[in-house]
Amino acid sequence: MLHSITPLLAVLASLAAVPFIILLKGRPNAREAVTFIAAGIKLILVASLLPAVLAGGEVEFTLAKVLPGAPLALRVDAFGLLFALVSSSLWIVTSAYSIGYMRGLDEHSQTRYFCFFAVALSATIGVAFSANLFTMYLFYEMLSLATYPLVTHHQDAEARSSGRKYLFYIMGASIALALPAMIITYQQTGTLAFSPTGILAGKVSPVMAGVLLFMFVFGFAKAGIIPVHSWLPAAMVAPTPVSALLHAVAVVKVGVFSILRIITGIYGVDLLKGLDLGMAVAWVAAFTIIVASLIALSQDGLKRRLAFSTIGQLSYIVLGLALLSPKGMTGGALHIAMHAFGKITLFMCAGAIFVATGKKNISQMTGIGKRMPWTMAAFLVGSLSVIGLPPTGGFISKWYLALGCLQAGSVALLVVLLVSSLLNAAYFLPIVYRAYFKPPVEAAWAEGRNEGPAAAWVPPLVTAACSLVLFFYPQPFLRLAQMAVAQLFGG
Amino acid sequence: MEEYIPLLLTKYNYWVYITLMMIGLWAMIAKNNLVKKIVGMNIFQTAIILFYVSIGAKYGGTIPIIQHGPGHGHGAAQIKALAYINPLPHVLMLTAIVVSVATLGVALALVIKIHRRHRTLEEDEILEQLRES
Amino acid sequence: MSEQYPALIVITPLLAALLVSAAGWLRPRLCFPLALAGLGAAAAAATGLLVQVLATGPVTYRLGGWEPPWGIAYYVDNLNAVVAALVAWVALFNLVASYRAVMTDYPEKIGPYYTLYVLAVTGMLGMVVTGDAFNLYVLLEITSLTGYALIGLGGGRAPLASLNYLFLGTIGASFYLLGVGYLYIVTGSLNMADLAKLLTPLYGSLALLAAFAITLVGLWMKMAFFPLHAWLPNAYGFAPAPTASLLAPLMTKVMVYVMIRIMISVFTVEFVLQEVLVGQLVVWLAVAAMVAGALFALGQRDLKRMLAYIVVAEVGYMVGGAWLGNRLGMTGAVLHLINDAVMTFCVFLAAGCIYQKTRGTSFEDLRGLFKKMPWTMAALAAGAMAIIGVPPTGGFFSKWYLIRGGLEAGHWGFVGALLFSSLINVVLFFRVFEIAFFEPSGGDDSHGGHGGHEEHGGAVALAEAPLSMLLPLMAAALGLIALGLATGPLVQKLILPIIPAGLG
Repeated sequence: MLHSITPLLAVLASLAAVPFIILLKGRPNAREAVTFIAAGIKLILVASLLPAVLAGGEVEFTLAKVLPGAPLALRVDAFGLLFALVSSSLWIVTSAYSIGYMRGLDEHSQTRYFCFFAVALSATIGVAFSANLFTMYLFYEMLSLATYPLVTHHQDAEARSSGRKYLFYIMGASIALALPAMIITYQQTGTLAFSPTGILAGKVSPVMAGVLLFMFVFGFAKAGIIPVHSWLPAAMVAPTPVSALLHAVAVVKVGVFSILRIITGIYGVDLLKGLDLGMAVAWVAAFTIIVASLIALSQDGLKRRLAFSTIGQLSYIVLGLALLSPKGMTGGALHIAMHAFGKITLFMCAGAIFVATGKKNISQMTGIGKRMPWTMAAFLVGSLSVIGLPPTGGFISKWYLALGCLQAGSVALLVVLLVSSLLNAAYFLPIVYRAYFKPPVEAAWAEGRNEGPAAAWVPPLVTAACSLVLFFYPQPFLRLAQMAVAQLFGG
Repeated sequence: MEEYIPLLLTKYNYWVYITLMMIGLWAMIAKNNLVKKIVGMNIFQTAIILFYVSIGAKYGGTIPIIQHGPGHGHGAAQIKALAYINPLPHVLMLTAIVVSVATLGVALALVIKIHRRHRTLEEDEILEQLRES
Repeated sequence: MSEQYPALIVITPLLAALLVSAAGWLRPRLCFPLALAGLGAAAAAATGLLVQVLATGPVTYRLGGWEPPWGIAYYVDNLNAVVAALVAWVALFNLVASYRAVMTDYPEKIGPYYTLYVLAVTGMLGMVVTGDAFNLYVLLEITSLTGYALIGLGGGRAPLASLNYLFLGTIGASFYLLGVGYLYIVTGSLNMADLAKLLTPLYGSLALLAAFAITLVGLWMKMAFFPLHAWLPNAYGFAPAPTASLLAPLMTKVMVYVMIRIMISVFTVEFVLQEVLVGQLVVWLAVAAMVAGALFALGQRDLKRMLAYIVVAEVGYMVGGAWLGNRLGMTGAVLHLINDAVMTFCVFLAAGCIYQKTRGTSFEDLRGLFKKMPWTMAALAAGAMAIIGVPPTGGFFSKWYLIRGGLEAGHWGFVGALLFSSLINVVLFFRVFEIAFFEPSGGDDSHGGHGGHEEHGGAVALAEAPLSMLLPLMAAALGLIALGLATGPLVQKLILPIIPAGLG
């Protein structure tokens, strides 16, 4: 166990940028430079923790002893580092994309936008590095609040009602379900520290354990499990970079990551296996996967379709974790990274199309491949990754998930995975087909390539390329996932 | 029934103060005129003052001024506490009376301010005015 | 010097009040500096006392050298040392913030205003440090009378609201006095420590129960505990802004302190738990307070009135926690007393800043405020987070202890009401934020879809409150986070030592 202030600095790197962003609000270029510098520092700090963790160590730092047994403390382990790496590296790409998107559309209040984006990133890394449930809850709520001004950025009636829905689900669930569940857990155990063997074993009755588990699973509504999912489509009113980084990567994965911590750190594999609760959660997730995929089929708004796809994919992760088999859990953790690269690509493509053409609906995008070939190429790669086809990173995580199903002895869940993959293909591939192989709906599109500002379409190409690279070289994510799972199973 | 009669008779000071208190309370609740409410409040406070004064009294007690204290050539041992009524509640009530007078002053000042604004002291008329505005 | 702290806490503001009053006639300009000096000295003395008490244990101070129980004794332990420091500092910060507001609104009444202000604080500080039940009554009335006057200074409906407060407040104080009378009858003493000793053999007596009940009802009236809260929303809602931000955070909290003091120091928790069989009922009343306060707050269309109803709900938190009958609940109640004073101060002061600029606090006046007053709104947001109970603000931690207390007592109604109240607070504050964020200021078309776009380029000028109001506000907002992070030592060093052993 290593004590170091680096985890704290990694969390604070983006928060520290906020005063500078406010000070430089009159000079946009300098202001965005601050964001880049902060993002760069953050990634370097997170990456600097990699050697220690890969060597099997953990890095920790205690801020303040606020509650006995539940200090405000950070601890970096393999799971947390995996998530932090994904978030902080994608922040850099998204920052570049934000500039292209926000300036391309001449959005108002850009200073506020970049401020809260930075705060949201701090909170995300905070969740990733939390040493106990209390610290995680703190950063979880911080993220909920920091995202609200981003979701409602347009300040119009639609943003207002979506913002309401967002708060209602996210804050409502966390206060009404997760908070009491956390306090009950503390009451029973006297601690909230994440431990590979869990802390609840032997402390609560089986019924209580089940009730608490579902209070947590639904309480962390950011994970988007049906029926606490409908904030996510509503949150699509946000500017696309927000949807891309926060509602495909940071915020939603914070939800999933919280459930991961509950399963691995609070309950522990043995307790869940003993009470058969893993399968219960797995089937809730399976239901979400199928239903969300079916709803996605019928959506015409591109971002809405992506949102429902995200809901389904998040439950893949939950499903993988709930399988409680080594391969399944590896797959689940790995899917955090793989889905992130795929889905952020898709969102950034949707935003690039909106910046270049002003189109939001799939039916209006017929033949757009002539106008924006590179963007649509990135979209294709992203789609393949989310569907889980080679040669993309998504294939690897799905492969592990499928193996995990078999390892857990559940063929039925394997069938769910396969059916869902077919549905994924059914709602993504037609978009690509229509874009490339149908005549353009707008005459101007036939005239040739014009993809809008480079800052809007290059970032998706970069992340698409990452998805491809991750197929051939899935490190360090695979290694981290395997290490983390090995620890759980006493390896 | 009979055992209550001595209770009623010997502890009559309690019944008096409770009755007075209730009269005051009733005036504060039921009267419509703000000044009458203030009068009720004063009765209420005075009832408690009487209660305190009465608990200091005792049969055969005299005012608490030491008659044959050390200065008069007698020993202190001769002072019999039983012969004097308890001065403390009375002293306390001096303060309480001051408080009650001050309360009355503040209340009347507020009433003047209310009257300037509404030209009436009837509560229902004031509320009517507020509802209209 | 340091052994005189308990007296200095009360004497310096009292003398300052006299000087301020004189200056009001002769040199009105001197009023504010004199008041500042008086309260500053009191705050310094209170801080010194807190440090001293933490270092060497409880302090007993004999006024005029008279031995208790004959003379009046001030008794200061961790509990009132921290409340005294809290009262002194909040009053001092609010005094600084009140300068501009009083100059704007009551330029001709500077002398009387600051005299009343300092006297009110004197009374509160006295109530906190005194160890004498009757002395407490006198100080209570000093605070109340000056409070009525401070509220009555306001225009509009303020005098009527103040008069209603006066009626109910007088009944409350009289009940307290009556209760003390009964205690005096059975013991012949008024000193709290002495009372505690003399009362123990009398447990079981009906007179004692009556004394306890009457005292409590009086105190509940003063702290606006549901259903005796009727005076509070109007009184604090219509009060002048600097008055509201003085009384709302402090008055109810001081009364809660007095209740806890009576419960644990005059009587004992054993008495409260075993002789008084209505503990559960009181907790249910607290539940009703939380629920009713939240629902009434939902019905308001004015920021200050909404906040006033939130105060009613918050009183329910503290009374409920104190009556749960366990260590955690009492810890939560005391911790919430500290946190609630600061967070109520923060939100009422923010409302005062808004009033200073917009001359109103109704919801219509809040439009576009995030653009116009970003710092004030940021502080209001911080206060809101504390009231909702979001970590790392102090509000989260006191709620944490209260909920744990409820769970341990098996009182699910209390736990549910706490969570419900948190959820309603989310609704309440985000409704305010929505208006301030989405609706353009001064606009007749409040539903202009792209109001934000029109403001592009800073068409709406910044119109922040003066620095003398903003700095205390920022201090309060940061104080909330500091209090939250300091919860560990606060509970371990300050609160746990004073929780009586009788609480399980």
